[in-house]
Amino acid sequence: MSLERFMSEAISPWMKREGPDSDIVLSSRIRLARNLENHVFPMVANEQQAEEVNQQIRQHYADESYGSVGRLTYFDVDQLKPIEKRVLVEKHLISPNLAEDPKKSGVLMSEDESISIMINEEDHIRIQCLFPGFQLSEALTLASGIDDWFEEKVNYAFDEKHGYLTSCPTNVGTGMRASVMMHLPALVMTQKMHRIVPAINQLGLVVRGIYGEGSEAQGNVFQVSNQMTLGKSEQDIVEDLRGVVLQLIEEERSARKNLFETSKIQLEDRVHRSLGILSNSRIIQSKEATKCLSDVRLGIDLKIIEGISRKILNELMILTQPGFLQQYAGKPLSPDERDIRRATLIRERMKLEKNNE
Amino acid sequence: MYCQECQQRPATLHFTKIINGEKNEFHICEQCAKEKGDFIPGSNSFSIHNLLSGLLNFEQPLSDPGTAARSKQVTQCSQCGMTYPEFAKIGRFGCMNCYKTFASKLDPIFKRIHGGNTDHSGKIPKRLGNDLLERKKINQLREKLQQLIAQEEFEEAAEVRDRIRSMQQRLEGRD
Ligand SMILES: [Zn+2]
Ligand SMILES: [Zn+2]
Repeated sequence: MSLERFMSEAISPWMKREGPDSDIVLSSRIRLARNLENHVFPMVANEQQAEEVNQQIRQHYADESYGSVGRLTYFDVDQLKPIEKRVLVEKHLISPNLAEDPKKSGVLMSEDESISIMINEEDHIRIQCLFPGFQLSEALTLASGIDDWFEEKVNYAFDEKHGYLTSCPTNVGTGMRASVMMHLPALVMTQKMHRIVPAINQLGLVVRGIYGEGSEAQGNVFQVSNQMTLGKSEQDIVEDLRGVVLQLIEEERSARKNLFETSKIQLEDRVHRSLGILSNSRIIQSKEATKCLSDVRLGIDLKIIEGISRKILNELMILTQPGFLQQYAGKPLSPDERDIRRATLIRERMKLEKNNE
Repeated sequence: MYCQECQQRPATLHFTKIINGEKNEFHICEQCAKEKGDFIPGSNSFSIHNLLSGLLNFEQPLSDPGTAARSKQVTQCSQCGMTYPEFAKIGRFGCMNCYKTFASKLDPIFKRIHGGNTDHSGKIPKRLGNDLLERKKINQLREKLQQLIAQEEFEEAAEVRDRIRSMQQRLEGRD
Protein backbone atom coordinates (compact mmCIF):
# COMPACT_ATOMS: atom_id res chain seq x y z
CA MET A 1 0.00 0.00 0.00
CA SER A 2 1.29 3.47 -0.77
CA LEU A 3 2.07 5.64 2.22
CA GLU A 4 -0.42 8.19 0.98
CA ARG A 5 -3.26 5.72 1.00
CA PHE A 6 -2.12 4.12 4.24
CA MET A 7 -2.08 7.53 5.90
CA SER A 8 -5.44 8.56 4.58
CA GLU A 9 -6.86 5.42 6.15
CA ALA A 10 -4.80 5.53 9.31
CA ILE A 11 -5.28 9.13 10.39
CA SER A 12 -8.68 9.82 11.90
CA PRO A 13 -10.66 12.25 9.76
CA TRP A 14 -11.20 14.56 12.76
CA MET A 15 -7.42 14.96 13.02
CA LYS A 16 -7.13 16.27 9.49
CA ARG A 17 -9.10 19.37 10.33
CA GLU A 18 -7.22 22.25 11.87
CA GLY A 19 -8.59 23.67 15.10
CA PRO A 20 -8.12 26.99 16.91
CA ASP A 21 -4.69 27.65 18.47
CA SER A 22 -3.37 24.59 16.71
CA ASP A 23 0.18 25.95 16.80
CA ILE A 24 0.20 24.85 20.43
CA VAL A 25 -2.90 22.84 21.20
CA LEU A 26 -2.96 19.52 19.36
CA SER A 27 -6.33 18.28 20.56
CA SER A 28 -9.11 18.67 23.13
CA ARG A 29 -10.95 15.77 24.68
CA ILE A 30 -13.96 15.27 26.92
CA ARG A 31 -14.68 11.92 28.49
CA LEU A 32 -17.83 11.10 30.44
CA ALA A 33 -18.05 8.00 32.62
CA ARG A 34 -21.54 6.56 33.03
CA ASN A 35 -23.05 3.40 34.47
CA LEU A 36 -26.39 1.71 34.15
CA GLU A 37 -28.65 1.50 37.13
CA ASN A 38 -28.85 -1.83 38.93
CA HIS A 39 -26.09 -3.57 37.04
CA VAL A 40 -22.85 -4.36 38.82
CA PHE A 41 -19.84 -2.49 37.44
CA PRO A 42 -17.74 -4.25 34.77
CA MET A 43 -14.88 -5.08 37.12
CA VAL A 44 -16.98 -7.37 39.28
CA ALA A 45 -19.46 -8.46 36.61
CA ASN A 46 -19.42 -12.05 35.41
CA GLU A 47 -19.60 -12.79 31.67
CA GLN A 48 -23.35 -12.94 31.61
CA GLN A 49 -23.82 -9.71 33.56
CA ALA A 50 -21.32 -7.94 31.33
CA GLU A 51 -23.01 -9.29 28.22
CA GLU A 52 -26.40 -8.01 29.40
CA VAL A 53 -25.03 -4.49 29.68
CA ASN A 54 -23.25 -4.74 26.35
CA GLN A 55 -26.38 -6.02 24.63
CA GLN A 56 -28.60 -3.37 26.10
CA ILE A 57 -26.37 -0.58 24.84
CA ARG A 58 -25.70 -2.20 21.48
CA GLN A 59 -29.38 -2.80 20.87
CA HIS A 60 -30.17 0.88 21.33
CA TYR A 61 -27.19 2.57 19.74
CA ALA A 62 -25.35 0.36 17.23
CA ASP A 63 -25.97 1.67 13.71
CA GLU A 64 -28.07 4.51 15.10
CA SER A 65 -27.44 8.08 14.01
CA TYR A 66 -26.91 11.03 16.25
CA GLY A 67 -27.40 14.49 14.76
CA SER A 68 -24.62 15.71 12.53
CA VAL A 69 -22.36 13.01 13.91
CA GLY A 70 -24.02 10.35 11.84
CA ARG A 71 -24.01 6.64 12.37
CA LEU A 72 -22.26 4.88 15.23
CA THR A 73 -20.61 1.62 14.27
CA TYR A 74 -20.14 -1.09 16.86
CA PHE A 75 -17.00 -3.20 17.19
CA ASP A 76 -16.69 -6.18 19.48
CA VAL A 77 -13.30 -5.73 21.08
CA ASP A 78 -12.99 -9.48 21.78
CA GLN A 79 -13.26 -10.11 18.05
CA LEU A 80 -10.53 -7.70 16.97
CA LYS A 81 -7.05 -8.93 16.10
CA PRO A 82 -4.28 -7.88 18.51
CA ILE A 83 -2.86 -5.49 15.92
CA GLU A 84 -6.25 -3.89 15.33
CA LYS A 85 -6.70 -3.34 19.04
CA ARG A 86 -3.25 -1.85 19.26
CA VAL A 87 -4.01 0.55 16.42
CA LEU A 88 -7.21 1.69 18.16
CA VAL A 89 -5.21 2.35 21.31
CA GLU A 90 -2.62 4.34 19.39
CA LYS A 91 -5.41 6.42 17.86
CA HIS A 92 -6.73 7.00 21.41
CA LEU A 93 -10.06 5.45 20.45
CA ILE A 94 -9.95 2.74 23.09
CA SER A 95 -7.96 2.55 26.31
CA PRO A 96 -5.02 0.14 26.75
CA ASN A 97 -7.13 -1.34 29.53
CA LEU A 98 -9.93 -2.29 27.19
CA ALA A 99 -7.53 -3.79 24.66
CA GLU A 100 -5.83 -5.97 27.26
CA ASP A 101 -8.90 -7.29 29.01
CA PRO A 102 -11.82 -7.10 26.60
CA LYS A 103 -14.38 -9.04 28.62
CA LYS A 104 -17.63 -8.55 26.71
CA SER A 105 -16.49 -5.10 25.81
CA GLY A 106 -17.06 -3.07 22.71
CA VAL A 107 -16.76 0.33 21.18
CA LEU A 108 -19.20 2.49 19.25
CA MET A 109 -17.47 4.83 16.85
CA SER A 110 -18.54 7.70 14.67
CA GLU A 111 -17.37 7.72 11.08
CA ASP A 112 -14.90 10.55 11.56
CA GLU A 113 -13.69 8.83 14.76
CA SER A 114 -14.17 12.00 16.79
CA ILE A 115 -16.57 10.06 18.99
CA SER A 116 -15.84 6.76 20.57
CA ILE A 117 -17.99 5.16 23.20
CA MET A 118 -16.42 2.35 25.14
CA ILE A 119 -18.70 -0.30 26.61
CA ASN A 120 -17.61 -2.27 29.67
CA GLU A 121 -14.37 -0.52 30.29
CA GLU A 122 -13.94 0.42 33.96
CA ASP A 123 -17.45 1.83 33.73
CA HIS A 124 -20.35 0.54 31.63
CA ILE A 125 -20.18 3.52 29.31
CA ARG A 126 -17.40 5.94 28.52
CA ILE A 127 -18.29 8.64 26.04
CA GLN A 128 -15.28 10.30 24.45
CA CYS A 129 -15.23 13.27 22.11
CA LEU A 130 -12.04 14.42 20.42
CA PHE A 131 -11.62 17.77 18.67
CA PRO A 132 -8.62 19.24 16.86
CA GLY A 133 -6.99 22.28 18.47
CA PHE A 134 -8.40 24.09 21.44
CA GLN A 135 -12.14 23.31 21.44
CA LEU A 136 -12.97 22.14 24.94
CA SER A 137 -16.38 23.76 25.17
CA GLU A 138 -17.34 22.38 21.77
CA ALA A 139 -16.27 18.92 22.92
CA LEU A 140 -18.27 19.30 26.12
CA THR A 141 -21.39 20.35 24.21
CA LEU A 142 -21.14 17.34 21.92
CA ALA A 143 -20.37 14.87 24.73
CA SER A 144 -23.21 16.22 26.82
CA GLY A 145 -25.59 15.91 23.87
CA ILE A 146 -24.64 12.29 23.33
CA ASP A 147 -25.05 11.76 27.06
CA ASP A 148 -28.61 13.13 26.86
CA TRP A 149 -29.32 10.90 23.89
CA PHE A 150 -28.13 7.83 25.80
CA GLU A 151 -30.14 8.83 28.81
CA GLU A 152 -33.31 8.72 26.75
CA LYS A 153 -33.06 4.94 26.50
CA VAL A 154 -31.10 3.74 29.51
CA ASN A 155 -31.28 4.48 33.23
CA TYR A 156 -28.07 5.84 34.63
CA ALA A 157 -26.68 5.10 38.08
CA PHE A 158 -27.13 8.52 39.62
CA ASP A 159 -27.43 9.80 43.15
CA GLU A 160 -28.47 13.26 44.27
CA LYS A 161 -25.54 13.67 46.61
CA HIS A 162 -22.78 12.03 44.62
CA GLY A 163 -23.95 12.59 41.06
CA TYR A 164 -22.98 10.01 38.43
CA LEU A 165 -21.86 6.91 40.28
CA THR A 166 -18.64 5.51 38.86
CA SER A 167 -16.50 2.52 39.55
CA CYS A 168 -13.57 4.63 40.72
CA PRO A 169 -14.03 7.26 43.44
CA THR A 170 -11.85 9.64 41.43
CA ASN A 171 -14.53 9.94 38.72
CA VAL A 172 -17.68 10.25 40.82
CA GLY A 173 -19.84 13.36 40.42
CA THR A 174 -19.61 14.69 36.91
CA GLY A 175 -17.80 11.56 35.71
CA MET A 176 -15.96 13.98 33.46
CA ARG A 177 -12.35 14.15 32.47
CA ALA A 178 -11.52 17.13 30.28
CA SER A 179 -8.08 17.19 28.76
CA VAL A 180 -6.03 19.22 26.36
CA MET A 181 -2.91 18.03 24.56
CA MET A 182 -0.32 20.75 24.19
CA HIS A 183 3.01 21.06 22.42
CA LEU A 184 5.22 23.12 24.72
CA PRO A 185 8.81 22.93 23.43
CA ALA A 186 9.85 26.48 24.36
CA LEU A 187 8.66 26.14 27.95
CA VAL A 188 10.70 22.94 28.23
CA MET A 189 13.80 24.48 26.58
CA THR A 190 13.69 27.50 28.87
CA GLN A 191 13.21 25.20 31.91
CA LYS A 192 9.94 26.92 32.77
CA MET A 193 7.87 23.74 32.75
CA HIS A 194 9.41 22.64 36.07
CA ARG A 195 7.99 25.67 37.78
CA ILE A 196 4.66 25.69 35.98
CA VAL A 197 3.67 22.07 36.65
CA PRO A 198 3.49 22.32 40.47
CA ALA A 199 1.52 25.57 40.19
CA ILE A 200 -1.02 23.90 37.92
CA ASN A 201 -1.29 20.93 40.29
CA GLN A 202 -2.22 23.29 43.07
CA LEU A 203 -5.24 24.37 41.05
CA GLY A 204 -6.59 20.83 41.10
CA LEU A 205 -5.42 20.12 37.55
CA VAL A 206 -2.90 17.54 36.38
CA VAL A 207 -0.16 17.87 33.79
CA ARG A 208 1.43 14.79 32.37
CA GLY A 209 3.71 13.96 29.51
CA ILE A 210 2.08 11.72 26.97
CA TYR A 211 3.30 8.30 25.92
CA GLY A 212 6.26 8.69 28.26
CA GLU A 213 6.28 6.96 31.62
CA GLY A 214 7.20 9.26 34.47
CA SER A 215 7.63 12.98 34.26
CA GLU A 216 9.54 13.29 31.03
CA ALA A 217 7.25 14.19 28.20
CA GLN A 218 8.04 12.66 24.85
CA GLY A 219 8.17 15.19 22.11
CA ASN A 220 7.38 17.99 24.56
CA VAL A 221 3.71 17.05 24.40
CA PHE A 222 1.78 17.45 27.62
CA GLN A 223 -1.74 16.61 28.64
CA VAL A 224 -3.48 19.02 31.00
CA SER A 225 -6.64 17.70 32.63
CA ASN A 226 -8.94 18.14 35.59
CA GLN A 227 -8.48 16.01 38.66
CA MET A 228 -11.59 16.87 40.63
CA THR A 229 -14.96 15.62 39.48
CA LEU A 230 -17.02 16.39 42.57
CA GLY A 231 -18.26 19.75 43.79
CA LYS A 232 -17.91 21.69 40.55
CA SER A 233 -20.14 21.80 37.50
CA GLU A 234 -18.94 20.56 34.11
CA GLN A 235 -18.90 24.13 32.81
CA ASP A 236 -16.85 25.36 35.75
CA ILE A 237 -14.34 22.55 35.35
CA VAL A 238 -13.95 23.31 31.66
CA GLU A 239 -13.72 27.03 32.38
CA ASP A 240 -10.96 26.51 34.96
CA LEU A 241 -9.05 24.30 32.57
CA ARG A 242 -9.56 26.80 29.78
CA GLY A 243 -8.04 29.54 31.89
CA VAL A 244 -4.92 27.52 32.58
CA VAL A 245 -4.56 26.43 28.96
CA LEU A 246 -4.90 30.01 27.71
CA GLN A 247 -2.16 31.02 30.12
CA LEU A 248 0.07 28.18 28.97
CA ILE A 249 -0.52 29.17 25.34
CA GLU A 250 0.52 32.72 26.12
CA GLU A 251 3.60 31.62 28.08
CA GLU A 252 4.65 29.23 25.33
CA ARG A 253 4.22 31.89 22.65
CA SER A 254 6.23 34.43 24.55
CA ALA A 255 8.96 31.87 25.34
CA ARG A 256 9.11 31.01 21.61
CA LYS A 257 9.38 34.67 20.68
CA ASN A 258 12.08 35.18 23.25
CA LEU A 259 14.08 32.17 22.09
CA PHE A 260 13.77 33.29 18.50
CA GLU A 261 15.01 36.78 19.34
CA THR A 262 17.85 35.80 21.64
CA SER A 263 19.09 32.52 20.16
CA LYS A 264 17.91 32.50 16.56
CA ILE A 265 20.96 30.77 15.10
CA GLN A 266 21.04 28.07 17.80
CA LEU A 267 17.34 27.46 17.27
CA GLU A 268 17.74 27.27 13.49
CA ASP A 269 20.63 24.87 13.94
CA ARG A 270 18.62 22.62 16.22
CA VAL A 271 15.57 22.62 13.95
CA HIS A 272 17.55 21.90 10.79
CA ARG A 273 19.61 19.14 12.44
CA SER A 274 16.40 17.46 13.53
CA LEU A 275 14.97 17.85 10.05
CA GLY A 276 18.15 16.29 8.73
CA ILE A 277 17.83 13.30 11.04
CA LEU A 278 14.20 12.74 10.11
CA SER A 279 14.90 13.06 6.38
CA ASN A 280 18.01 10.90 6.31
CA SER A 281 18.26 8.40 9.13
CA ARG A 282 17.97 4.68 8.44
CA ILE A 283 17.41 3.60 12.04
CA ILE A 284 15.52 5.72 14.54
CA GLN A 285 14.14 4.97 17.99
CA SER A 286 10.81 6.32 19.06
CA LYS A 287 12.29 8.71 21.62
CA GLU A 288 14.63 10.37 19.15
CA ALA A 289 11.91 10.51 16.52
CA THR A 290 9.48 12.36 18.78
CA LYS A 291 12.22 14.76 19.91
CA CYS A 292 13.13 15.59 16.30
CA LEU A 293 9.46 15.87 15.33
CA SER A 294 8.95 18.35 18.14
CA ASP A 295 11.88 20.44 16.89
CA VAL A 296 10.65 20.37 13.31
CA ARG A 297 7.15 21.28 14.39
CA LEU A 298 8.53 24.24 16.35
CA GLY A 299 10.52 25.19 13.27
CA ILE A 300 7.35 25.17 11.18
CA ASP A 301 5.49 27.28 13.74
CA LEU A 302 8.36 29.80 13.81
CA LYS A 303 8.65 29.74 10.00
CA ILE A 304 12.23 28.51 10.20
CA ILE A 305 11.06 25.68 7.95
CA GLU A 306 8.56 26.19 5.20
CA GLY A 307 6.66 23.84 2.97
CA ILE A 308 5.97 21.17 5.57
CA SER A 309 2.52 20.74 7.01
CA ARG A 310 2.09 21.53 10.67
CA LYS A 311 0.09 18.35 11.08
CA ILE A 312 3.22 16.29 10.60
CA LEU A 313 3.90 16.03 14.34
CA ASN A 314 0.42 14.77 15.21
CA GLU A 315 0.43 12.37 12.29
CA LEU A 316 3.86 10.91 12.75
CA MET A 317 3.51 10.64 16.51
CA ILE A 318 0.67 8.25 15.81
CA LEU A 319 2.01 6.56 12.70
CA THR A 320 5.37 5.66 14.26
CA GLN A 321 3.80 3.78 17.18
CA PRO A 322 4.48 0.02 17.11
CA GLY A 323 0.92 -0.92 16.09
CA PHE A 324 0.88 1.31 13.03
CA LEU A 325 4.41 0.39 11.99
CA GLN A 326 3.41 -3.27 11.98
CA GLN A 327 0.19 -2.58 10.18
CA TYR A 328 2.09 -0.65 7.52
CA ALA A 329 4.67 -3.41 7.25
CA GLY A 330 1.88 -5.96 7.13
CA LYS A 331 3.68 -8.25 9.60
CA PRO A 332 4.88 -8.39 13.20
CA LEU A 333 8.17 -6.57 13.77
CA SER A 334 10.88 -6.91 16.40
CA PRO A 335 11.94 -3.70 18.16
CA ASP A 336 15.06 -3.45 15.97
CA GLU A 337 13.01 -3.92 12.82
CA ARG A 338 10.60 -1.28 14.05
CA ASP A 339 13.41 1.26 14.37
CA ILE A 340 14.32 0.63 10.74
CA ARG A 341 10.71 0.75 9.57
CA ARG A 342 10.15 3.90 11.58
CA ALA A 343 13.05 5.64 9.87
CA THR A 344 11.75 4.52 6.47
CA LEU A 345 8.21 5.67 7.15
CA ILE A 346 9.36 9.08 8.34
CA ARG A 347 11.64 9.50 5.29
CA GLU A 348 8.81 8.59 2.96
CA ARG A 349 6.52 10.97 4.76
CA MET A 350 9.01 13.83 4.40
CA LYS A 351 9.41 13.05 0.70
CA LEU A 352 5.66 13.07 0.24
CA GLU A 353 5.61 16.55 1.71
CA LYS A 354 8.24 17.72 -0.79
CA ASN A 355 6.35 16.23 -3.73
CA ASN A 356 3.16 17.98 -2.68
CA GLU A 357 4.90 21.33 -2.62
CA MET B 1 -26.26 38.82 84.92
CA TYR B 2 -28.07 36.02 86.71
CA CYS B 3 -29.66 33.00 85.11
CA GLN B 4 -33.24 33.76 84.22
CA GLU B 5 -34.35 30.26 85.14
CA CYS B 6 -32.93 29.74 88.64
CA GLN B 7 -32.05 33.37 89.38
CA GLN B 8 -29.19 31.99 91.47
CA ARG B 9 -26.19 31.16 89.32
CA PRO B 10 -24.53 33.52 86.85
CA ALA B 11 -25.79 33.15 83.29
CA THR B 12 -23.08 31.75 81.07
CA LEU B 13 -25.12 31.03 77.94
CA HIS B 14 -26.74 33.76 75.94
CA PHE B 15 -28.79 33.19 72.83
CA THR B 16 -31.76 34.24 70.83
CA LYS B 17 -34.79 32.13 70.13
CA ILE B 18 -37.65 32.89 67.82
CA ILE B 19 -41.06 32.13 69.22
CA ASN B 20 -44.05 32.83 67.04
CA GLY B 21 -41.96 35.04 64.85
CA GLU B 22 -40.73 37.10 67.77
CA LYS B 23 -37.13 37.27 68.84
CA ASN B 24 -36.53 36.38 72.48
CA GLU B 25 -33.23 36.62 74.32
CA PHE B 26 -32.22 33.98 76.79
CA HIS B 27 -29.57 34.08 79.48
CA ILE B 28 -29.12 30.92 81.48
CA CYS B 29 -26.58 29.05 83.52
CA GLU B 30 -25.02 25.80 82.47
CA GLN B 31 -26.78 23.66 85.04
CA CYS B 32 -30.25 24.85 84.13
CA ALA B 33 -29.38 24.39 80.52
CA LYS B 34 -28.37 20.79 81.16
CA GLU B 35 -31.55 20.15 83.07
CA LYS B 36 -33.66 21.79 80.45
CA GLY B 37 -31.79 19.97 77.76
CA ASP B 38 -33.17 21.76 74.77
CA PHE B 39 -31.37 25.00 75.42
CA ILE B 40 -27.73 24.69 74.86
CA PRO B 41 -25.72 24.56 71.75
CA GLY B 42 -22.62 22.47 72.20
CA SER B 43 -23.74 20.31 75.09
CA ASN B 44 -24.11 16.59 74.53
CA SER B 45 -27.84 16.54 74.37
CA PHE B 46 -27.90 19.37 71.98
CA SER B 47 -26.80 18.85 68.42
CA ILE B 48 -27.37 21.22 65.56
CA HIS B 49 -30.33 19.02 64.71
CA ASN B 50 -31.86 19.66 68.07
CA LEU B 51 -31.39 23.32 67.39
CA LEU B 52 -33.31 22.96 64.21
CA SER B 53 -36.18 21.01 65.62
CA GLY B 54 -36.10 22.57 69.06
CA LEU B 55 -35.66 26.21 68.30
CA LEU B 56 -37.34 26.44 64.98
CA ASN B 57 -39.77 23.65 65.50
CA PHE B 58 -38.62 22.18 62.28
CA GLU B 59 -38.74 18.54 61.40
CA GLN B 60 -35.34 17.11 60.78
CA PRO B 61 -34.64 13.46 61.35
CA LEU B 62 -31.95 12.85 63.95
CA SER B 63 -29.15 10.58 62.94
CA ASP B 64 -30.81 7.21 63.00
CA PRO B 65 -29.25 5.08 65.76
CA GLY B 66 -30.04 2.05 63.63
CA THR B 67 -27.79 3.19 60.81
CA ALA B 68 -24.70 3.32 62.98
CA ALA B 69 -25.35 -0.12 64.39
CA ARG B 70 -26.07 -1.60 60.99
CA SER B 71 -22.96 -0.18 59.38
CA LYS B 72 -20.86 -1.90 62.04
CA GLN B 73 -22.32 -5.29 61.23
CA VAL B 74 -22.82 -5.02 57.50
CA THR B 75 -19.75 -3.77 55.69
CA GLN B 76 -20.58 -5.95 52.71
CA CYS B 77 -22.58 -4.65 49.78
CA SER B 78 -25.78 -6.64 49.44
CA GLN B 79 -25.88 -6.24 45.66
CA CYS B 80 -22.34 -7.03 44.53
CA GLY B 81 -20.77 -8.56 47.63
CA MET B 82 -17.95 -6.02 47.89
CA THR B 83 -16.67 -5.60 51.46
CA TYR B 84 -15.20 -2.41 52.79
CA PRO B 85 -11.68 -3.86 53.14
CA GLU B 86 -11.94 -5.02 49.52
CA PHE B 87 -13.05 -1.60 48.41
CA ALA B 88 -10.22 0.01 50.36
CA LYS B 89 -7.75 -2.34 48.76
CA ILE B 90 -8.75 -2.04 45.11
CA GLY B 91 -10.12 1.48 45.30
CA ARG B 92 -13.13 0.65 43.12
CA PHE B 93 -16.80 0.28 43.88
CA GLY B 94 -18.50 -2.89 42.71
CA CYS B 95 -21.89 -1.33 42.02
CA MET B 96 -24.02 1.72 42.72
CA ASN B 97 -25.29 0.17 45.94
CA CYS B 98 -21.74 0.22 47.36
CA TYR B 99 -22.12 3.99 47.64
CA LYS B 100 -24.96 3.44 50.09
CA THR B 101 -23.29 0.56 51.89
CA PHE B 102 -20.09 2.48 52.60
CA ALA B 103 -21.77 5.88 52.89
CA SER B 104 -20.56 6.65 56.39
CA LYS B 105 -16.94 6.25 55.33
CA LEU B 106 -16.99 8.00 51.99
CA ASP B 107 -17.02 11.72 52.73
CA PRO B 108 -13.46 11.84 54.12
CA ILE B 109 -12.29 9.89 51.07
CA PHE B 110 -14.07 12.16 48.59
CA LYS B 111 -12.81 15.22 50.43
CA ARG B 112 -9.26 14.08 50.01
CA ILE B 113 -9.68 13.27 46.31
CA HIS B 114 -11.86 16.16 45.26
CA GLY B 115 -10.33 19.16 46.99
CA GLY B 116 -12.62 19.11 50.00
CA ASN B 117 -15.83 18.46 48.07
CA THR B 118 -18.30 15.73 48.87
CA ASP B 119 -21.39 16.76 46.91
CA HIS B 120 -22.18 16.75 43.22
CA SER B 121 -23.07 20.11 41.75
CA GLY B 122 -22.97 19.31 38.07
CA LYS B 123 -25.30 17.88 35.47
CA ILE B 124 -28.46 16.02 36.45
CA PRO B 125 -30.00 13.43 34.13
CA LYS B 126 -32.90 15.10 32.35
CA ARG B 127 -35.27 12.27 32.97
CA LEU B 128 -34.80 12.50 36.74
CA GLY B 129 -35.83 15.99 35.99
CA ASN B 130 -37.05 18.90 37.98
CA ASP B 131 -37.98 17.13 41.19
CA LEU B 132 -34.38 16.28 41.69
CA LEU B 133 -33.30 19.83 41.07
CA GLU B 134 -35.87 21.03 43.55
CA ARG B 135 -34.81 18.50 46.16
CA LYS B 136 -31.22 19.50 45.64
CA LYS B 137 -32.16 23.11 46.21
CA ILE B 138 -33.99 22.13 49.39
CA ASN B 139 -30.89 20.35 50.64
CA GLN B 140 -28.81 23.41 49.95
CA LEU B 141 -31.32 25.55 51.83
CA ARG B 142 -31.21 23.11 54.75
CA GLU B 143 -27.48 23.57 54.95
CA LYS B 144 -27.93 27.30 54.86
CA LEU B 145 -30.49 27.02 57.62
CA GLN B 146 -28.04 25.17 59.83
CA GLN B 147 -25.41 27.80 59.19
CA LEU B 148 -27.82 30.61 60.01
CA ILE B 149 -28.79 28.92 63.24
CA ALA B 150 -25.16 28.35 64.16
CA GLN B 151 -24.59 32.05 63.54
CA GLU B 152 -27.72 32.83 65.56
CA GLU B 153 -29.31 34.63 62.62
CA PHE B 154 -32.71 33.38 63.58
CA GLU B 155 -34.85 35.83 61.72
CA GLU B 156 -33.31 34.95 58.42
CA ALA B 157 -33.38 31.29 59.43
CA ALA B 158 -37.13 31.46 59.90
CA GLU B 159 -37.51 32.81 56.38
CA VAL B 160 -35.38 30.03 54.97
CA ARG B 161 -37.39 27.49 56.91
CA ASP B 162 -40.61 28.80 55.40
CA ARG B 163 -39.15 28.61 51.94
CA ILE B 164 -38.11 25.01 52.52
CA ARG B 165 -41.63 24.20 53.74
CA SER B 166 -43.36 25.66 50.75
CA MET B 167 -40.93 23.97 48.36
CA GLN B 168 -41.53 20.66 50.09
CA GLN B 169 -45.26 21.08 49.90
CA ARG B 170 -45.02 21.81 46.20
CA LEU B 171 -42.87 18.74 45.68
CA GLU B 172 -45.25 16.49 47.59
CA GLY B 173 -48.22 17.90 45.74
CA ARG B 174 -46.57 16.92 42.48
CA ASP B 175 -45.92 13.29 43.45
ZN1 LIG C 1 -29.84 28.69 86.21
ZN1 LIG D 1 -21.92 -3.05 45.58
